[in-house]
Amino acid sequence: MADVMLRPVDEADLAHAISSADGPLRITGGGTRTLVHVAGTPLDTSGLTGMELYEPGAMTLVVRAGTPLAEVEALLATENQRLAFEPPNFAPVLGRPGQSTIGGVVAANASGPRRLQAGACRDAMLGVRFVDGAGTIIKNGGRVMKNVTGYDLVKLLSGSNGTLGVLSEVSLKVLPTPEAEATLIFEGQTVSAAVDTLCDAMGTPFDVTGAAYVAAGKKTAIRVEGLSASVTYRQAELQRGVAAGFEVLEGASSAALWADIRDLAPFVGRTGDLWRASMKPTDAPGLIGALDDAGIGHDAILDWSGGLVSLLVTDGRRAGGELIRAHVAACGGHATCLRGDHRAYPPQSPGVARLEAGLRARFDPRGILNPGLMEA
Amino acid sequence: MEMPAPNAAILSRKTQIVERLRTVLPADAVIADAAETRAYECDALTAYRCPPMAAVLPANTAEVAAVLKICHEEGVPVVPRGSGTSLAGGALPTADCVILGVSKMNAVLETDYENRFIRVQTGRTNLSVTGAVEEEDFFYAPDPSSQLACAIAGNVAMNSGGAHCLKYGVTTNNLLGVTMVTMDGEVMELGGAHLDAGGLDLLGVICGSEGQLGVVTEATLRILRKPEGARPVLMGFDSNETAGACVSDIIKAGILPVAIEFMDRPIIEICENFAKAGYPQCEALLIVEVEGSDAEIDDQLSRISAIARTHNPVELRESTSAAESAAIWLGRKSAFGAVGQVADYMCLDGTIPVSTLPRVLKGIEALSEQYGLKVGNVFHAGDGNMHPLIMFDANKPGDLELCEAMGADILRLCVEVGGCLTGEHGVGIEKRDLMGDQYTPQDLAAQMAVKDVFDPAWLLNPAKVFPLDSSQQHRIAAE
Repeated sequence: MADVMLRPVDEADLAHAISSADGPLRITGGGTRTLVHVAGTPLDTSGLTGMELYEPGAMTLVVRAGTPLAEVEALLATENQRLAFEPPNFAPVLGRPGQSTIGGVVAANASGPRRLQAGACRDAMLGVRFVDGAGTIIKNGGRVMKNVTGYDLVKLLSGSNGTLGVLSEVSLKVLPTPEAEATLIFEGQTVSAAVDTLCDAMGTPFDVTGAAYVAAGKKTAIRVEGLSASVTYRQAELQRGVAAGFEVLEGASSAALWADIRDLAPFVGRTGDLWRASMKPTDAPGLIGALDDAGIGHDAILDWSGGLVSLLVTDGRRAGGELIRAHVAACGGHATCLRGDHRAYPPQSPGVARLEAGLRARFDPRGILNPGLMEA
Repeated sequence: MEMPAPNAAILSRKTQIVERLRTVLPADAVIADAAETRAYECDALTAYRCPPMAAVLPANTAEVAAVLKICHEEGVPVVPRGSGTSLAGGALPTADCVILGVSKMNAVLETDYENRFIRVQTGRTNLSVTGAVEEEDFFYAPDPSSQLACAIAGNVAMNSGGAHCLKYGVTTNNLLGVTMVTMDGEVMELGGAHLDAGGLDLLGVICGSEGQLGVVTEATLRILRKPEGARPVLMGFDSNETAGACVSDIIKAGILPVAIEFMDRPIIEICENFAKAGYPQCEALLIVEVEGSDAEIDDQLSRISAIARTHNPVELRESTSAAESAAIWLGRKSAFGAVGQVADYMCLDGTIPVSTLPRVLKGIEALSEQYGLKVGNVFHAGDGNMHPLIMFDANKPGDLELCEAMGADILRLCVEVGGCLTGEHGVGIEKRDLMGDQYTPQDLAAQMAVKDVFDPAWLLNPAKVFPLDSSQQHRIAAE
């Protein structure tokens, strides 16, 4: 028996699908990022496609939510622009066949290495149109760079994973693709030496746009981007200062390295629980040390100067997950389980949990939008 | 501007309420004397004034929580106040409210250069945040023009911007975490020194909520290493269209300046008369600033100048020194003061898509003729944030009303071309009644639902942001 699947082709259709739903909906874009399987009728947004507006001279893109990310990126490339927040593609590491949509990226607030310097997906977001759980079409924000007109529901919807509303259209600030990039790379640092180096690099005036450490191979990587002469100058200054002895990767080899870090390529095809922990960079070595001390088998990729720790826990998964959550909670931050037998999203303090529940009750009074997905 | 009638039942209990507040705060932190509450009767939107019932000046989060708990129990509206520099009336009191001022809370709580953040009490002024870290060559990026006086509390409430947000973003992009007290006195932490939310992005919705969802008492802010240097280029054009096209071409060429400022002929003339900055007399001026080492700046400025030359500028002056940079910025930085010398003025801050600039400037010119009021435009051109300055005579009966009506028409024009009512000042009371021009009733209901959740009794700054008729049901339901 084939499952019923809803696949609206425009916003009115989406509103109708939601208002007439009589039970839970499982909302998907390309199906590449959802972390929790929700029981419910599939609501597939991949029919909501197309570009509404693209003004390169104003760095503004308005696009329907189901548009494939690859199409968005290809369109921007024709004008030598890009999504500055460098959205990751987790389809390979999560073993998903689908192709990522821009709405899915926004719903997950998915950001890559450049998040550290250029901001997260939510920071590039200028506006949203969405349908709430009652089937009401709502817009917030707009298409301009600066907008403080009323509450910022754009941020609230970014990263809400479809639990407050289903996105129909998103407006984004895009940025020029720089002329050149280069990565300074060094093999052999310990994790704490690497985090020290990365923090030092972030404290220079050289606009570092990537600061990562790959535990396998002990690779420390620092990226600069910009006008060609500027990249040459900045890499030399970094080598003279905080990155003495580092080698230089340029152009395509630099880009390939960061794509691997962004997509967690070193973890692809390997079994184990997958975690992402956000914390202060200088707290990251402590987490790695605690896993080592507890004899938990793991591999790690540190991004965001150490502030984002991606972990593949291969041995001691139950204890490892509990240790990660406890450690991160103690030092301030949050850990999300991308794959494994743990709750995906971290628990919140009672006050925050009450506010979150209150918002869900108002935006989705029937509790039909990805119910339970983000609850800890 | 209509405000709800004060609640007589609250006013009749003033003595008792003030006594209760005095049980949780030092005597000098509760102000109830009519002569002294006058100090809080308005913010920088001085056309509207109303002394509050009382004002309190707590010194820390615990005192804020104690005050809010009492006001919640007593059903007293609370209007949070940073430094009172709001141009939108965000801190305008009602006669039955308690003003909660954060001016005593200005401590630096933690500075961490490795992880690049500072945690401060929110009464601290914007500029003194940078002041606390500049020894180490760091700075806090958002730079509203009131930065000498404005408090971080107000910056968070209004999601303040500044001249350099093209590169660095506005407050929300530089705010990592807050300690917030909800109206019922509960203290909660949102975000922290780490990045992004583990659950819903409540921090994102707090920033810019105009003090209606909670009182933010402490903030964790991103600090950045100062660039090696910065220098501008000044360019003059014989039409607004040409200047607008030049901005678009610079951005399309892949150069991202830290600021692009635009001034039109009326402003150029007034500034030149006032500051004698040596500006050319022309239709439109651009000041484009870039950052980096000397060589990097030269490289960027020469590329920008090459683009400008394709638009036949009447003047093109690259700064080569700090003195030349100061001369270029002199006129722009004195623009508001210069206009203030020749007239009373009202400063709007609608944002428009940059491509609609010529159309909007023409529309403003037509409105200027229609209303008989002079307008000058200064403009953060890179991000479309306009600052039309409408000049009027406050002593002339009816002129303020005329000016407000014209301002509303300009803002409607901004919305009509795809922009918004306010780019960085906030809605407050000033743009409250225009919200229906930008948003549908459903759009506004969604925003008010958020307030229902955070402040079910609608006691925090209740008469702001939303048109009174649309918020009335929520406010009545709360009583």
